[in-house]
Amino acid sequence: MSDKDNKNKEINEFLNKSYEYGFTTEIESETIPPGLDEEVVTLISKKKNEPEFLLKWRLKAFRHWKKMPQPDWAKLSIDPIDYQAISYFSKPKQDDGPKSLDEVDPKLLETYEKLGIPLHERAKLAGVAVDAVFDSVSVVTTFKDKLAEAGVIFCSFSEAAIDYPELIEKYLGTVVPIKDNYFAALNSAVFSDGTFVYIPKGVRCPMELSTYFRINEAKTGQFERTLIVAEEESYVSYLEGCTAPMRDENQLHAAVVELVAHKNAEIKYSTVQNWYPGDEDGKGGIYNFVTKRGDCKGENSKISWTQIETGSAITWKYPSCILRGDNSTGEFHSIALTNNLQQADTGTKMIHLGKGTKSKIISKGISAKSSQNTYRGQVTMSKGAKNSRNFTQCDSLLIGSNAGAHTFPSIDVMNSSSILEHEATTSKIADEQLFYCMQRGISEEDAIGLIVSGFCKEVLNELPMEFAVEARALLQVNLEGAIG
Amino acid sequence: MAKILSIKNLHVDVGNTTILNGLNLDISAGETHAIMGTNGSGKSTLAKTIAGHPDYKIRSGKIKYMDHDLSDLSIEERSNLGLFLGFQYPIEIPGLSNTAFLKASINAKRKYQGQEELSASDFLINLKEKSEMVEIEQRFLSRGVNEGFSGGEKKRNEILQMLMLDPTLSILDETDSGLDIDSMKVVASGVNAIRTMETALLIITHYERLLNYITPDYVHVLHNGCIIKTGDINLAKELEERGYEWLINP
Repeated sequence: MSDKDNKNKEINEFLNKSYEYGFTTEIESETIPPGLDEEVVTLISKKKNEPEFLLKWRLKAFRHWKKMPQPDWAKLSIDPIDYQAISYFSKPKQDDGPKSLDEVDPKLLETYEKLGIPLHERAKLAGVAVDAVFDSVSVVTTFKDKLAEAGVIFCSFSEAAIDYPELIEKYLGTVVPIKDNYFAALNSAVFSDGTFVYIPKGVRCPMELSTYFRINEAKTGQFERTLIVAEEESYVSYLEGCTAPMRDENQLHAAVVELVAHKNAEIKYSTVQNWYPGDEDGKGGIYNFVTKRGDCKGENSKISWTQIETGSAITWKYPSCILRGDNSTGEFHSIALTNNLQQADTGTKMIHLGKGTKSKIISKGISAKSSQNTYRGQVTMSKGAKNSRNFTQCDSLLIGSNAGAHTFPSIDVMNSSSILEHEATTSKIADEQLFYCMQRGISEEDAIGLIVSGFCKEVLNELPMEFAVEARALLQVNLEGAIG
Repeated sequence: MAKILSIKNLHVDVGNTTILNGLNLDISAGETHAIMGTNGSGKSTLAKTIAGHPDYKIRSGKIKYMDHDLSDLSIEERSNLGLFLGFQYPIEIPGLSNTAFLKASINAKRKYQGQEELSASDFLINLKEKSEMVEIEQRFLSRGVNEGFSGGEKKRNEILQMLMLDPTLSILDETDSGLDIDSMKVVASGVNAIRTMETALLIITHYERLLNYITPDYVHVLHNGCIIKTGDINLAKELEERGYEWLINP
C-alpha cells in the first residue's frame, strides 16, 4: 500500500467516526399514518385544538402547495421525495402536554441529557432558557416563569396558538407568506410545533433563549415553525440546535422561521445545525430545506443571523433580511461545513427597501472529501433604498482535492447612491500548513481544527459565548482527519 | 558528551530524484554546527528529512536522535521530543492567533510528556518575556500566525517559537536570509540564549554573516548530497572570500 493509500485509510477511519447523536429513544409515540391530504391537515389541527383561523390558513396553504412544482437547484442533486410516504405528525405518547418537568417522561429527559441539554432547571445551562421539541411537539420549556416576570413570552407554537391567538393571527405568514416557496407552503399546511417568542416594548430579554429540535421517529418529517416578534426598543438573542438519529432513509426537515423587529429592536438568531448527515456512502441523512426570513420593519431595527451548519445530507437555506425600516441593519454570518457526500446550498438575501439601510454578509464554507458547498446570495437595493450599503465576504476552504466550493452572488441595484462591496476567496488547507503545525508538536487532527477555527474566527465570534466553545468542538469533531 | 543527532550514510529521495547521497553527521550536546553549501546542494532537504516531511523519503541510512530511530517517530513526536525546525519560509495560518498557536504547541508537548497544561498566566508571563527578547510587539501576538508579517518579522517569530518550546536540537533553515543587520542581531541573540551544554544547534546558511554572531564549533560544506569538507569558523570565512568553486572542482 502506498503512503497515500495509508493516509487515505487513516482519514477514512477518522471520518467514519460515528455520528455522536445517532441513537434512537424507545418511546411510545402516537404517529399518524403516512400520507398527506386535506384530512391529514385537518387532523393535525384538531389534535392541537387550534383556533379555526389556523385550520383555514393551513388548508389554504395545502391547496396552494398541491399546485406547486418542487424546485430544482442547479448545484443540488436530490433524490425524489415521496410526500405520501412521510408521516406528518408524531408525538411522544402522553395524556396531556406536560405542565412541569416532573410530568415529562423520564426517557425524554434522558434523551436530552444524552444530547448534552439538561432540561432540569437546577442543572440549567447558565442563564439559558430552553424549549425542547421532540419529533412534532414541544415537550418542555424551561424558565417560563422567570421570563414571564419580564413580560417575555417563550413557549411552544401550539401553546401560543391557544393562549395568544391574536398575536399569532397578526404575525403568522407576514414575513414568509404561504405561497413563498414549495417547502414553506408545505410547512404552512402541516407544521406541527415550534417556538413562539414575544418581547414586549422596551424589554431586553434577561437570558439567552434556545430551542433544541430532535427528530426521533422513523419515516416522519419535522416541520416546525418559529415566530419571534420584538416590539419597539426590545432585544432578544435566540439559539436553535438540532440533532437526529442515524437512519438509512432520508428524512425531511422543512422549517419556517419568521422574525419581526419593530423600531429600534434587535434580534440575534443563532443556529447550530447538526442533523444526521448520512453515512460515508451518502445513505440516509436529513434533507434540511428551511425558509428563514426576518423583517426589519421599524426604523433602526436590526436582525442578525449566525449559523453553523455541520449536519444534514442536503442543506437548502437562505436566512434573509427585509430591510424595510429606514436605517435598519441586516447581518448574516455563516459557517457551512460539508464532509463525505454532504451538499450544502446556503446563503442569504438582503433586500434593501428603506433609506440608509446596511447589510453585512460573512460566509465561510468548508468542504472536505467529496462534498459540495455552495454560497448563493442576493443583495437587492431598491429605488427607495438611498444611501444604503452592503458588504459581502465569501470565503471557501477546501480540504482534499475532491471537494467542491461554489459561489453564486447576485446583485441588483436600482439607485445610484448605494454602495456595495464584494470580496471572495478560495483557499485550500495546504500540506505545508499541516507540516508546520505538526513540526510544532500539534497532531494532524488538531492542526486541521486550528486552521479551520482560524478560518471561521469572524463568525465564531458572533455566537453567544456559551455556544462558541460548543461550536468549535463541533467543527473539530466533524473534521477530524478530513485531509486526503 | 551525549550524542544528540547521529546520521549514518543517509540517502534521501524527493520524487524520483536523489538529493542526499551518503551523508554522515554527528552532533553532540553543547555543540553548534553550521551547514553551508550552494543552492541545490541538499541543505533544506536535510532539515526537512530530519523533521519528517512526508515528501522526503529515506532510501537508506539511519538517523538517530538521542535514543530514538527517527523513522519510528511521527512529525509531532519528533517535535514533542525536543526537535525544532526554524522554517526558511514560515507558513501563514490566517485567523489563528500566534498566541493560540503557541499555546496549542506548548500544551501538545506538555501532554506528550505527561505534564499538565500550562496555566494561562504562566504561559503569558513566559510569552511576554520571550517576545521582548526577539523584539516582537504584543499586538503581533494576537494577529494570525505569520499573517501579514514582513520577512524579518516571520523569522523573529520562528525564533520566538523556538524560545517558547525550549528544544533540545534546533535546526535553523536559512533563518538569516532576507534579514537586515538589526534583525540578524536580534535573531542571533535569541539563538545564543538557548545554547547550553544540554542543547545543540544546526544552522543552515548560504553566508557566513550569521556565523559572526553565532560562532559554530563545526562548519560543514554540503555538495551533491554529502559533506565534502568539515572545518571551523575559519572555513566559513574562507568560503566567504573564495566562494565554493575551489572545493567543488579542486
